[in-house]
Parts: sequence; structure tokens; C-alpha cells
Amino acid sequence: MADDPTVRLRGARLRFGERDLWTGLELDVAPGEFLAVLGPNGSGKTSLLKVLLGLRHLTAGTVEVCGKRPTRGSAAVGYIPQQRAFDRDAPLRGRDLVRLGLDGHRWGTGLPNRQARARVDRAIDEVGASAYADAPLGLLSGGEQQRLRIAQALLGDPRVLLCDEPLLSLDIAHQHATSTLIDARRRAANTSVLFVTHEINPVLPMVDRVLYLAGAKWAIGSPDEVMTSDRLSELYGSDVDVLRVRGRIVVIGTPDAAHGDVDGAHHHHAVGDDHERDHPPGEHRHGVQSWV
Amino acid sequence: MGLIDYLGLAAVQHALIAATLVAIISGLIGPFVITRRAAFAVHGVAELSFTGAVAGLVWANDPVLGALLGSLVVASAIGLLGVRESERDAAIGVTLAFGLGVGVFLLGAYHRNASAATNILFGQIFGVSNAQLVLLLVVAAGVLITMGLLYRPLLFASVDPEVAEARGVPVRFAGMAFLFVLALTVTEAAQVVGTLLVLSLAITPAAAAHRLSARPAVVTALSVLFALIASDGGLIVSLEAVQVKSSVFITAFSFAIYVIARVAGGRRRVWRRRPATE
Repeated sequence: MADDPTVRLRGARLRFGERDLWTGLELDVAPGEFLAVLGPNGSGKTSLLKVLLGLRHLTAGTVEVCGKRPTRGSAAVGYIPQQRAFDRDAPLRGRDLVRLGLDGHRWGTGLPNRQARARVDRAIDEVGASAYADAPLGLLSGGEQQRLRIAQALLGDPRVLLCDEPLLSLDIAHQHATSTLIDARRRAANTSVLFVTHEINPVLPMVDRVLYLAGAKWAIGSPDEVMTSDRLSELYGSDVDVLRVRGRIVVIGTPDAAHGDVDGAHHHHAVGDDHERDHPPGEHRHGVQSWV
Repeated sequence: MGLIDYLGLAAVQHALIAATLVAIISGLIGPFVITRRAAFAVHGVAELSFTGAVAGLVWANDPVLGALLGSLVVASAIGLLGVRESERDAAIGVTLAFGLGVGVFLLGAYHRNASAATNILFGQIFGVSNAQLVLLLVVAAGVLITMGLLYRPLLFASVDPEVAEARGVPVRFAGMAFLFVLALTVTEAAQVVGTLLVLSLAITPAAAAHRLSARPAVVTALSVLFALIASDGGLIVSLEAVQVKSSVFITAFSFAIYVIARVAGGRRRVWRRRPATE
């Protein structure tokens, strides 16, 4: 029982308009496993999370989360979205955001409840956010807000944690802090983690397996198995080079048409391969940053 | 006549009850109006309640009923046209422009009472009839109950829609329900301060409250309190100054509270930031 996969997809296919995002997807995620979900924009990474959240339906195939069909708002699933700054004047404190993760979906106003308060306090303490939990949420930094989002997601003791680019627009120190928290949690509580990301390097030491989605195809395996020139060239249907530089993975040559961006901004600037991939203006990553 | 004598009059008592009810529901929705950036929706619904009121006058000689029914039509139109948030303001503008045109047309057809139109635009609290008071009470009770039920999921959906949806909050339904609550509340508030001045009860008190606290419950409580002070306070003061409409005092009180909150709250925000720095 305890070793049954928390996430199971069989022959899963997702169609978006006229285009298949992925087909025939077979996936088992074990309890406590850290699965990185990689791929270019529009390859259906976020859509996969939406399917697991019960917000989208598969075009074909079956999906199970903890042995059941996913339902909206399931307590078995925690969700951490992209860091996106809250309004400066948002009328809530850090702890109020965390509390919404406990009972924000219920009707009514909610009454002060000592037990709930203790749970919220514990969750905030676990992510090291106690110092600023009572400050107005809108005045906190992106990294601080992201810690509170983690506390919010972990409050319900989920068996599966779905993270959608949680490191995006965080600086390197906060990227490290955020991914370390998520890693510690899955080890302590045997929580499965599905971690959608553009950039594998910040989480590379924690990743058990990689699910790579590209060109309606997919590959799964350990980072060493999947992150190779051969496998990625096969997925993209063009020549892609995967290099290992100082313990980091650099992907060069993903086609522009797919907005390929595997290794992320910090990294490819460091390696100086900008010319390999000219990002068209208005490309995803820039769009997101202008949000903040 | 002194203030005490005035308070003994049925018309004044009715007015006070109406002002209190309107202040409570306006103060209650205010924080959500700000968080959801729905100030333009408030303004649009308020101006369109003019059209509804004139239509009510023309067909049933009852502006309040007309405005209430009209507001539901307006909320539906805004909701249907502005499904995506980016379309919402445009949808409100479109509805507002057309609706006002209809209102002007109807007003041209109405000749019975020239001051009726001014009363709709700038408020006439002293003419509230028993029947209107009952209607107001029913609407206020409906708004209170709905907001009570909606409070937590609406707060979640307003500040963090993505996660709220993932946690099973019916985000779209909550937004639509709030739009109807807003339309009813704004239309009621328009009876007290007039359609042009509704923002002084539906936004200003909440904006003041936002400057003073970041606790959802405290913000809501302060918003209601400020709306009550402005609404009832403005009404009572206007009893001593018969030649000035009560809405003048209500908007003035409301604005004064906001200025004070801004000055007081500015310091508080700086002070609060300190424990947050690492």
C-alpha cells in the first residue's frame, strides 16, 4: 500500500485544439520521489499538473492520484504556483495566506480556531517564515512570499506536491532555499514531488527522475538517461547538444519554434551561448517577468 | 426645531435606518472591490442604476424597484461580456455607455417631476417610504447572508486565484456571485448618496481601512465602521443644515476619514516592515 504509486498515468493523451501535447504517456510516481518535469513552453507541463489537480480532463487514457481519479481541491494534493508578487495592498498577512490553504475553499467566514492556528503556526515555522508571518503579505519579498506558499501547500499534509515553476523570478539564494525546503519535506514525509521547471540545474542534486516533454513526445528516466544529446535530439527531431559543464547540464540547440529553454537564463548567460538561441521578443519568460 | 425633534420624525428615522443598512453592506463589499480592482464596476453599476431608476419612474413610478431590477440586468451583462478579467473593464464601459444613452432617452420621456432626476443622481434619503424600507431591508439581508457564505472562498479567489482554483474554489462562480452582490449594494447605496457619489461609501471607507491593517477581518470591520460614521454622521449633521444635501456631508466625512487613515497608516506600514526584514 505505502509503496503504491501516488500518481499513475496510462496511455494518457492530451489534445489542445488541433495539436497533441502528449500521447501515450505512461507514468508512475513513487511516494517520496522527486520528478522534474522539463520541456519547452507549450509542451504541456503545466497542463499535466492541471490534469492531476482535476482541472483538466485527459483526451484519452486514465489518470489516478493516490488510487483515485483526481478531483478538484483534493486534500491529497498540494500546489505551489510560480512566484508572482501579491498586490502591495493585499488585505492579508502572511499567516492569512497560509491559513487559506487550510480552509479557504470552505463557505462561510470561518471562526477563530486554536487548533487551526496551531497548525498554521507549525507550517510557518517549518519553512522558517515565523519572523514575517504577521507582516502584510504585499510588503514581503518574492522569496518570502514563496516560503509562505510552500507552507500553505504543505499545511494539508499532501501526499503529492505539484510545483509549477516555483523558482521562476527568484534570485539564486532564494531558488536554493525554496528547492531545499521542498526536498526536505519529501524526505521527511515521503511526499511525491512533481516539479515543473525550465531549469533543471537548481534541483539537479534532488531529482530522482526526469520527465521530458517535447514535440508531442516524452521521455522518462534518471537525469543521466534522459538528458543526453541522443534522447533530446530524438524528442525535438533536430540536433540538440547536451553538455555537462562543472556539474551543470547545458542544453544547446533546442529549436526556436518551440521556445526551447531548458537551462534557463542565469545559466546560459554564464556559459555564453546566447547566440545559440535568440529568444523572440515577447517570449514566455519575459512575459512572466513583466508580471512581477 | 432641534436635533432631538428631528430624530423624532418618521422620515428622519427611516432615513437613518436606510443610511445604516447601506453603510453596512457597502462597507462589507468595499475591501473586495479594492482587492478585485472592481472600482470601475462600482462606478458603472452606480451610473447605470440611474437608467434603471428612470425606467422605474416611467413605468411604475418607483425608482428604487427599477434601479434594483436594472442592476441585476447590468451585472449579468458585465458578467457575460467580461468573462476574462482583461475584458472586464471594456465590458463595463460598453454597457455603461449604452445604458446611459437609454437613461437619457427615458428621462426625455418623463415630465412629471423635474427634481426626480436630480434626486437619483445626488441622492434623496428623506423620501424613503415604508415599502422601500422593507425592500431595502430584504436586499441588505440578502447581501449580508451571501457575503457571509462567500467570504472565505471569495477572499481566496481574489488574492490568489490560481491556487484557489487548484484547491477547489469555484473561482468564476464566486466572482459572478460577487458581481450580483455588488450590483445590489451599489444600487442601494445610490438611494442614499446618489448614483454619482456611491464610491464614497463603497470604496473610500475600505480604502481607508486598507491603510490601517492587513488583517482581513479587521479591514472588513473598519471598512463597515467608517462607512457607518460617514453615512449616519453625514445624515445627522445635514439635519442642522437643511439647505445642503446629506450626500455632501457623507462624502466629506468619508473623505476626511480616508485622509486621516492615510496619514496615520503611512507610519504604521513603515513600522510593520521592520520585523519582516531578514
